[in-house]
Amino acid sequence: MASVLDPRLHTDTEVASQWRLMWWSFRRHTLAMVGLVVVIMLYLTGVFAEFLAPFDPQSASSRHVYHPPQMIHFIDSTEDGWRIKPWVQAYTLERDPFTLQTTFNLDEGNRIYLTFFGKGTPYKLMGLFPGERRFLVPENPRDRFFLFGADRLGRDMLSRTIFGTRVSMSIGLVGVTLSLMLGVLLGGISGYYGGWVDMGIQRLVEFVLSLPTIPIWLALTASLPPDWPPLTRYFAITLILSLVGWTELARVVRGRFLALRAEDFVIAARLDGCSEKRVIFRHMLPSLMSHMIASVTLAIPVMILAETALSFLGLGLLPPTISWGVLLKEAQNIRSIAQAPWLFVPGAFVLVAVLALNFLGDGLRDAADPYAQERG
Amino acid sequence: MATVTPLRPKPLAQRAEAPVVLEVEGLVTAFPTRHGLFKAVDDVSFALEAGRTLCVVGESGSGKSVTARSILQIVDTPGRIVEGRILLHRHRTSRGKGSDDTVDLASLEPRSNAIRAIRGRDIAMIFQEPMSSLSPVHTIGNQIGEVIRLHEHVSKKAARARSIELLRQVEIPTPETAVDRYTFEFSGGMRQRAMIAMSLACNPSVLIADEPTTALDVTTQAEILGLIKRLQDDHGMAVMFITHDMGVVAEIADAIVVMRHGKLVERGSVEKIFFEPQHDYTKMLLQAVLDLDRPSERRLERRAVQPLGPPVVEIRNLTKHFDLRHGLFKRKGHVLKALDDVDLALRMGENLGIVGESGSGKTTLGRCLLRVHDPSGGAMLYHGANGVTADVATAKGAELAAVRRDIRMIFQDPFASLNPRMNVAQIVGEPLLVSGIASGADLRKRVGELLDLVGLPANAMERYPHAFSGGQRQRIGIARAIALEPRVIVADEATSALDVSLRTQVLDLLLDLQERLGLSFIFISHDISVIRYFCDRVAVMYRGQVVEVGETEDVCNDPQHGYTKALLSAVPHPDPRHRGMLGRHRYQAGA
Repeated sequence: MASVLDPRLHTDTEVASQWRLMWWSFRRHTLAMVGLVVVIMLYLTGVFAEFLAPFDPQSASSRHVYHPPQMIHFIDSTEDGWRIKPWVQAYTLERDPFTLQTTFNLDEGNRIYLTFFGKGTPYKLMGLFPGERRFLVPENPRDRFFLFGADRLGRDMLSRTIFGTRVSMSIGLVGVTLSLMLGVLLGGISGYYGGWVDMGIQRLVEFVLSLPTIPIWLALTASLPPDWPPLTRYFAITLILSLVGWTELARVVRGRFLALRAEDFVIAARLDGCSEKRVIFRHMLPSLMSHMIASVTLAIPVMILAETALSFLGLGLLPPTISWGVLLKEAQNIRSIAQAPWLFVPGAFVLVAVLALNFLGDGLRDAADPYAQERG
Repeated sequence: MATVTPLRPKPLAQRAEAPVVLEVEGLVTAFPTRHGLFKAVDDVSFALEAGRTLCVVGESGSGKSVTARSILQIVDTPGRIVEGRILLHRHRTSRGKGSDDTVDLASLEPRSNAIRAIRGRDIAMIFQEPMSSLSPVHTIGNQIGEVIRLHEHVSKKAARARSIELLRQVEIPTPETAVDRYTFEFSGGMRQRAMIAMSLACNPSVLIADEPTTALDVTTQAEILGLIKRLQDDHGMAVMFITHDMGVVAEIADAIVVMRHGKLVERGSVEKIFFEPQHDYTKMLLQAVLDLDRPSERRLERRAVQPLGPPVVEIRNLTKHFDLRHGLFKRKGHVLKALDDVDLALRMGENLGIVGESGSGKTTLGRCLLRVHDPSGGAMLYHGANGVTADVATAKGAELAAVRRDIRMIFQDPFASLNPRMNVAQIVGEPLLVSGIASGADLRKRVGELLDLVGLPANAMERYPHAFSGGQRQRIGIARAIALEPRVIVADEATSALDVSLRTQVLDLLLDLQERLGLSFIFISHDISVIRYFCDRVAVMYRGQVVEVGETEDVCNDPQHGYTKALLSAVPHPDPRHRGMLGRHRYQAGA
C-alpha cells in the first residue's frame, strides 16, 4: 500500500549497471575501440607466441644472415592456371669471392610454398602444453622464410618480435599490478585516514618522485647479479620498474579517497553501521574501480617504454630473453641501419602498443564517469 | 538593533502599453540524441516589453534555460535552433535610430560577429552560479571593463571609471576599492551584484536572468530582486526572469510564461495566471505552493488526537568549533564557531524545524547529532526506548552504534547520497545486513516491505539509483533511513533538491511514516514554507546560535527576534497582491 504515489514512476524496466553504462559510452569513442582491439590482439599474440611464430626464435642459420624481408603472396599462378596458395619468393645467397661480401638475389623461378596450421618444430605452449602445429609454416620443413627479415645470426625477426611481444606486454601488466597494489594500499591509507599518516606518505611519494628515474634504474639493474636465470631477472626488473610507478597511482587513489570520504553516500554507509573495512571495500573501492582501470591502462605504456629503454641500454633484460628492447639493442649500430633496416620492426610494435594503450586509457577515463555526460 | 528600511513597495498598478522589444515566435531548439531529435524547447512564443518583467516558470527539465540560451545563441553543443524566429526590435530601444531595425537572432550564426555584437550590448544575461560565471583570476574591474571595451571604443581609464560607477549602481560598498578585488573576496550576494553590474555595462535593452537568486539566501535574494527592479525602472530594460519559485514570480512578474517538458503551457499577465489559471499544470503548480504555505492539516489532526511525548533528545550547551588553521606550521588563525552554545529539546512524536541561512550552523547541528562531526563541547542526551540515557557527544563503539540505529539521517542531495554502484535492494538492505538483522531471502522480503512503505514498486529493487527521478531517489533514501526502525530522523534539507510539486508528496510521506512508526523528526531547512507545513516547533539559527525557539505558527506570525523578523519578511509570498517583500526588515547583528 502506498498513500502517496510518485506520478513519474517508470514502468519499463531500466536495469543498466554502472559497467554497462560505461561500456555504452566507451563504444562511442572510436579511437579507444581501435585501441582496445589492438591491445587485445597484442596480448593474444603474447599468449599464443609459440603457435603464431613460424620458427623457434633462437634457431640461428649462417646461410640466412641479414636475409631481407620477403613479401607474402596468396595467389599462385602457374602454367595450369591459378590457385589460392600462400608463397614467398626464394632468395639465393651470393658471396663475392674477393670481398667476401654477401648479397641476396631473387631466385625468380623458385617459390617457397607455405601452409596454414602445418607441422613445424615441436614446442610447448607457455612452457606447458606440447604441440607442433603452427599458424604458418613452409611446406618443406627444410625451407625457411622471413616476412620481417633475419638478424645477424640468421634468426627469424617475425618469430623474435612475436616472442618479444609476450615479454614486453606482460612486463607492463605485471609491473603495473605490483605498483597498483602498492599505490592503492598506500594511497588508500593516506586518503582515508588523513592527518599525519597522509603527511608521511605524501612526503615519501614526493621523495620517490624527485629521484632521477633513469640513473636509479641503471644503478638498481646494474646491481643485479648477471648470472641470475632469465625468469628471476625478469621479475627483478618489473619490481624495479614498479618501485617508481606506484607513486602516480598512489596520488590518484589518495585524491579520489579524499573526495569520496566526504561524499554523502560514504557518510550514509558509516551511519548505516558499516565497519571501516566495509566502508572502504564495499562502498569506496568500487567507485574508484573504473578510474583505477583507466589509470592502470595509462600506466602500462610507461612501463613498456621504461623496460624498452633499459633493455636497449643493455641493463634491463639480457639475451637469451627476448623483449622489444632487447631486439632493438641489435639495431644500435650504424651498420644495421645501412644494411638491415628491418631490425627496427620491434620499434614499430612499441609505438603501436603504446599508442593503442593510451587511446584505450583515454577512452576508459572518459567513459568512467557516465554521470558527467548525462548532466549538463 | 533591527532597522526597518522601507523600500518602494510596488503596487500592482494598471499598466500602459509598452513597446515590444523582443519577440520569440515558434521557437524549437533540439538536441540530436541516439534516439532521434530531442526537442528541449518545442514551439514556444512570447514577447518582452520594455520596462516589464516576464517570468518564465517551470520545474527542472522544462526547457526554460534552453529557451534563454537560444535567444543568445549559446545553447550547449550539439543543441541548435531548428525552427522559429527571435526578433529583436532595435528601433524600439534607446539604442534605436528611429528607422526600422529588426534583427532575427535565430538566423544568425552562433559564432558570427553579428550575434557577438548583440550579446552583452543589446541583450545581457545573468547566470545562476555567480561563482562559476565570473573568472577567479581577473579583478572585478577588469572583467567589467573588458565588456565595455569589447563593445565601445573607450580608453582603459574611462572603462575603469564606468566600472566604478556601475558597481556603485548595484550598491556595492566602496566601489573604488571593490573594483580591484577578486571575485573570491566577495560573498555570493556581492558576486551576483558584480555579475549584474557587468551585464549592465553596455546599457542593454533586454536582461535575461537565469535563476539569479536560486543559489542565494532569502535575505540576499530579496536584496538582489529589489536591485534588479530598481535598475529596470531606471534603465527601462525588458527583463526575462527564469525561476522555479512562484513566490519570486508573484513578487516581480508583470507577465508569466509557464513551461513544461519544453512546451509552453500557459501565458498571460500575473493576475491572470495567479487568479484565473486555465491549464491543469499551472493550477497544480500554484496549489503545490499554496499547500506549503500553511500547516499540514493532517499533522494538526494527528496532534489533536495524540499529544507529544516526553523528550527523546536533549541538546545542552552544544558547541562545535572548526579549526581554520592549515598546514604544517599552524599560524595563529581564527576558529569558526559553527555551533555556539546551542540548547534544544526534541519530544517524542514531534517535528522540530531548524531554519537559518547558509552558514548558520544548522547542517553542522544535524551532523553533530549523528556524530559525523565530533562536537567540541556540551552534551546531547538521547533517551532510548529501554529507558537508558546515552550522551551522544561522548558515546563510543557499541553505544554509538546503538544510537546510530535509533537516530537516522535523510540527506539533502538524492544524487550524492546513494551509492551509484549498488542497486536499490543493496542500498536499502545495507543497514539491515551490517547490523545482522536480516540476510538472504528474509532481507529481500524486508526491503520489499520498506519500498512499499515509501511508495516504490517492488521491481525497483534490481535497478540502480540513476534510473530514478529525484523524488524517487529521495524515497529510496527514506526507505534506508527507516530500515532499522529508528525513533528519531534528522532530515537535512530533505526536500530542497526537489521540484515544488514533489515537496508536498515527500513531506506527506514523512508524516505518514511518522504516524505508522512513531517517529520524531529534526527537520533542517532554509525554506520557511516547508517548515511551516511540516514542523510543530521551529528553532531559528543565526551564526551558530539559536536566536528563537517556539511553536511554528507563533514564530511565523509574531516573530520576536530581529533576525527572525528580517528572515520572514524576506520570504516572497506567492500572491501578487502582497508584494511586501520590498518593504521588509533588515537585520544587522551588533548594528
